[in-house]
Amino acid sequence: MRRAMRGRWVACAAAVALVATACGGGDDSGGGGGGDSGAVLSSSWGDPQNPLEPANTNEVQGGKVLSMLFRGLKQYDPKTGQAKDMLAEKIETTDSQNFTITVRDGWTFSNGEKVTAKSFVDAWNYGASLKNNQKNAYFFEYIDGYDKTHPDDGSQQSAQTLAGLKVVDDKTFTVKLKQKFSTFPDTLGYAAFSPLPQTFFDDHSAWLSKPVGNGPYTVDSYTKGSQLSLRKWDDYPGDDKAQNGGVDLKVYTDNNTAYTDLMAGNLDLVDDVPAAQLKNVQNDLGDRYINTPAGIIQTLAFPFYDKKWDKAGMEKVREGLSRAIDRDQITETIFVKTRTPATDWTSPVLGGDGGYKEGLCGDACEYDPDEAKKLIEEGGGLPGGQVKISYNADTGSHKQWVDAVCNSVNNALDNEKACVGNPVGTFADFRNQITQQKISGPFRAGWQMDYPLIQNFLQPLYYTNASSNDGKWSNADFDKLVDEANAEEDTGTAVEKFQQAEEVVRDNMAAIPLWYQNGSAGYSARLSEVTLNPFSVPVYDQIKVG
Amino acid sequence: MGRYVIRRLLQMIPVFFGATLLIFLMVNVMGDPIAGLCGDRECDPATAAQLRKEFGLDKPVWQQYLTYMGNVFTGDFGTAFNGQEVTELMATAFPITIRLTIVAILFEVVIGITLGVVTGLRRGKPVDTGALLVTLVVISVPTFVTGLLLQLLLGVEWGWISPSVSSEAPFDELIVPGLVLASVSLAYVTRLTRTSIAENTRADYVRTAVAKGLPRHRVIRKHLLRNSLIPVVTFIGTDIGALMGGAIVTERIFNIHGVGYQLYQGILRQNTQTVVGFVTVLVLVFLVANLLVDLLYGVLDPRIRYA
Repeated sequence: MRRAMRGRWVACAAAVALVATACGGGDDSGGGGGGDSGAVLSSSWGDPQNPLEPANTNEVQGGKVLSMLFRGLKQYDPKTGQAKDMLAEKIETTDSQNFTITVRDGWTFSNGEKVTAKSFVDAWNYGASLKNNQKNAYFFEYIDGYDKTHPDDGSQQSAQTLAGLKVVDDKTFTVKLKQKFSTFPDTLGYAAFSPLPQTFFDDHSAWLSKPVGNGPYTVDSYTKGSQLSLRKWDDYPGDDKAQNGGVDLKVYTDNNTAYTDLMAGNLDLVDDVPAAQLKNVQNDLGDRYINTPAGIIQTLAFPFYDKKWDKAGMEKVREGLSRAIDRDQITETIFVKTRTPATDWTSPVLGGDGGYKEGLCGDACEYDPDEAKKLIEEGGGLPGGQVKISYNADTGSHKQWVDAVCNSVNNALDNEKACVGNPVGTFADFRNQITQQKISGPFRAGWQMDYPLIQNFLQPLYYTNASSNDGKWSNADFDKLVDEANAEEDTGTAVEKFQQAEEVVRDNMAAIPLWYQNGSAGYSARLSEVTLNPFSVPVYDQIKVG
Repeated sequence: MGRYVIRRLLQMIPVFFGATLLIFLMVNVMGDPIAGLCGDRECDPATAAQLRKEFGLDKPVWQQYLTYMGNVFTGDFGTAFNGQEVTELMATAFPITIRLTIVAILFEVVIGITLGVVTGLRRGKPVDTGALLVTLVVISVPTFVTGLLLQLLLGVEWGWISPSVSSEAPFDELIVPGLVLASVSLAYVTRLTRTSIAENTRADYVRTAVAKGLPRHRVIRKHLLRNSLIPVVTFIGTDIGALMGGAIVTERIFNIHGVGYQLYQGILRQNTQTVVGFVTVLVLVFLVANLLVDLLYGVLDPRIRYA
């Protein structure tokens, strides 16, 4: 026995010794790019789902890169989320429908090309044109002529460019919208509205393998599926110059491995702390763990296309369900305070002026099992005697919270079978079941804001036939209030109108708000000044190394 | 012999088509993958239709399969949703997984067979019992436990290795992951060799060899091992394919971007072309490995000859 065991250990030790010498100097991440003095940090990343183009990127991992490579007309303040002029010198309008946009002088792309009005107009036309398959095309839908460049009924595209965009001169272009939209300028900080250099159009595939933008970083090397090395662009003209030498984004299949790497000093920054580690993160990292609100809200949506959920009295049942959910306990035990119980349908990152209103939901979001039971009975009981909460089981510990929500409901109603989870294998399948209206009960609906406006939390989700109104809820009062709010020139009044619309959502309990999601991140002792912006993406350009 | 090989190669053709068709249908049954590409919202119908056309998803399944197969024979395995050619993905993933598999197989051969011979020759001695116990433990502990434990101990606590493998994944970084990947098979190889050796030590030809006065090491190497290794070689041969396709867990733990990672990504995104492409290659690996094993029999035991 002893001998055999020793053989095994000798082999192990030999193996380890070999590896140890190989990984001896594993922590040098000095910048290899063109003699910059700043040190480079490494950060966790996930393989982006779509090609890295501004109008084709609709998830955080790709968005992360775009936020380093591009600067648009507006930039959202990383702390307050306010839209501030970046490349826009001024955006003028007299009627909230026709805008004249003046681009600042002195901006170039990292390849030397000047950023002009044309850079924007070309990019937006590219994004809106159906033949380019851009998944964010609908961001341009408010611009006049979108229906010609992007006919949604599948007919032939009859125009290559948006009629509402006109280049006046190098610095100026005009935008004509199809309707009044007073907060339109504030949407222009979204990545889809980034300018594009001529090389993007001339040699598209070369651009995709090494993107060129006008942001504080440039792409040094890109190995698809494993690593993207960004380096500080020394001649960057903006005020938000990178405070470090660059960022190496490393793809991790599993965020647990990324966390382990951080613990071992192999990685500087993890911007997605795995749920399993939340209990230890405070001990492991102390004040190098950040947990800040992000513009993400989780809700339960309902299939209003199904008569069972759309008949009179059901609003009471929905409210009852809402009151049967012990949000405090779930966010505490499962999410270890990385979620905050929701009290309205927006997000705290909007701030009071932006339209977030704590407690707008009122009693309807307070946990009260007795009241819940009463409301559900008054409303005629659960359709079919049971609710099935559907969710996609492939990512983001949804199973845990859905089961917890169901437990909470079952306890409140004293019925073991009142609520069950209904896992769906993949996200694509989940989305298919939703769009084909096959789901017959409440389903998980997460919403990550595109830009920090109250409009973005309401219109796409609850307006009749809006792009993300999956439950097909429809309410004339709500629609009217949203239209009025969009036409309102004064921001304060517009926000109030939106909140009135939100009250319509509340009175009908069109969706049950569950909790606001926080962004969480952990970082190594080498770093300082690490913050997350309202989109839960690290503000890379401000991070200091060493 | 030559005829036999040709016959075996011809048999691969229906197996190859059957396997690819099955995988193709399985991934297709999962439904339309395009809906998952637009985040938490409905894709706008026009773009979705365009994308379906681009990936050939607008045609009936049988036509999709035929088109796909036709393209495969011209070396075009299609495109993943992020715009990368599947062949490009294979070019990065397969070398890494092959390296990992080589490390794992080496562990199996060297440690497994050595331990097997040692315990087989010392049946019932403490060494034997000890090894049996150890292998039993190794077989019963799941890979992810072994992997995570080693990663935590060697990587974080003692800092001997890096907990994750870099994107180049050179051999030296793959030693620990290879050991983890091999661990279960290693235990099997040990026990298989032990049993086989133990059976054959009593065989007549071994007694004859000893009686002839041959030195012990020669008896073991030339007579005993050659006969005893047949089941072991069979096992290791079939294990090659299993290791390559089944490295998903190990690859996830150590962040190795190999075949397991690409398959996982492909299944999650319901990307038929990625999954089918990779599985097709894996099927070929299985078939070739099996053929090699059968041919090795003849080398090990001259009595086994294929007409």
